Amino acid sequence: MANYSTSEFKSGLKVMLDGDPCAIVENEYVKPGKGQAFSRVKLKNLKNGRTWERTFKSGEKLEGADVMDIDMEYLYTDGEFWHFMMTDGSFEQHPASEEAISENKNWLKEQQVYEVTLFNGAILSITPPNFIDLEVTETDPGLKGDTAQGGSKPAYLQTGAMVRVPLFIEIGEMLRIDTRVGEYVSRAK
Amino acid sequence: MSVLVNWKPSANLEALHARAALNRSVREFFIETNALEVELPILNHAPVADTNIEPIAVLASDVMPNLYLHTSPEYSMKRLLCAGSGDLYALGKVFRAGEAGGRHNPEFTMLEWYRLDMDHQELMHEVADLLDELFNDSEVELEDAPLFLTYQQAVIQYAGLDPFSASDDDIKVLGIELAGGDLELNRDGWLDMIMSHKVEKALPKNQLVFIYNYPASQAALAKLNNDDNGQVIAERFEVYLNSLELANGYHELTDSEEQRQRFEKELKGTERPIDEKLLAAMADDEAGLPACAGVAVGIDRILMLRLGKKTISEVISFSAGNC
Repeated sequence: MANYSTSEFKSGLKVMLDGDPCAIVENEYVKPGKGQAFSRVKLKNLKNGRTWERTFKSGEKLEGADVMDIDMEYLYTDGEFWHFMMTDGSFEQHPASEEAISENKNWLKEQQVYEVTLFNGAILSITPPNFIDLEVTETDPGLKGDTAQGGSKPAYLQTGAMVRVPLFIEIGEMLRIDTRVGEYVSRAK
Repeated sequence: MSVLVNWKPSANLEALHARAALNRSVREFFIETNALEVELPILNHAPVADTNIEPIAVLASDVMPNLYLHTSPEYSMKRLLCAGSGDLYALGKVFRAGEAGGRHNPEFTMLEWYRLDMDHQELMHEVADLLDELFNDSEVELEDAPLFLTYQQAVIQYAGLDPFSASDDDIKVLGIELAGGDLELNRDGWLDMIMSHKVEKALPKNQLVFIYNYPASQAALAKLNNDDNGQVIAERFEVYLNSLELANGYHELTDSEEQRQRFEKELKGTERPIDEKLLAAMADDEAGLPACAGVAVGIDRILMLRLGKKTISEVISFSAGNC
């Protein structure tokens, strides 16, 4: 991969740092009066999602990271890996580890398309769509007529995820969930 | 089809008017205080002798030698001082490669001036007077009195470490903590880290802050002297407002031999030529550089703060990337 100098650091650029692929979030040029120039960089570790700041000498170079974001459809899990398929008609399949799936396990639904981040050809992480429709598999019986007032109860979804829902929701209903915060949005249309 | 080409200025009309008014205020200030406005060559044979500043080279051609765009008018202005100009000021564009970001544009407007027989302390007060006028009726409401801190006081107060007596290791440990990694810098490099990542950010807001008497190793073109505690310091100052550096000034070094030694030390191992014309002017028995103090002020940043703009491009008609 090519090397990138601090002056080329732009939001979205993928670089290697301490052996991990990272995305540049922000890059601020810092120069005290007469001295050494720095680049104050906000980075996101693409393996663990952690964001932090690090300063580099201006002009320092980092190796680019072979990272690609590709849409793939989720197929199934064999208990150890979660299998995804390219949507380009090639039917090429890629396994994702538990580490790569992490909390997104809650939002995995067969035939749904996810943004998959590949690092050196292997799945590093996946990003679910912001909103996803999931079926309620378990919850207390709904309270008829209680559609306006507050109050909520736990509901289990087809993926095993638990979200808090209004009291009127019944088993078998499809709900729209915001995957970024893991919260109920509405009944699915 | 050119619908996707953004041709619009980076600055709005209000900012253009504010700049014109600011330039007028600057000129009025120097007319009242009797300094001569001068224009200096932008193209120069010798680049700046500061390896932390990257000049922009103009490619040599059949009809022109290799030249550099000036990074400040300092050397030319000092040659005018040597030639007997008396107090003088210049307002114009300077150029620095690679300096681009929210607070930097590679081409920016600098106000630089020199006063005979002043030292850096006296010049700081004149800078305060000018800035007080330039920030009149602005988005920033300045505290009445500026804050004056020595470099040593500022670093002790805002970074908890004495920059003159702390060990190299202690300075490095704090530097690494602030940087998030070891950048393999020397003592001054780590002090720059502490200054830019800790001290500058912690300075009081809405008040001009003057930091003066720098470590001797960061003298650049300032005279060395002893401070009240007998420590050798550089008679240099910086001015900050809301953590933004606005100006850098010196009680100017006039000794041509010492100047040559500093240039040679700074440029050792580089291919940059030394400005022999400046050194010759300073060494001239009949002329020489008169005792003086000088300062360079970033006009774009003053406009940024005056107008409450977050980025420098908002006060530049066509900023880098849009020109």
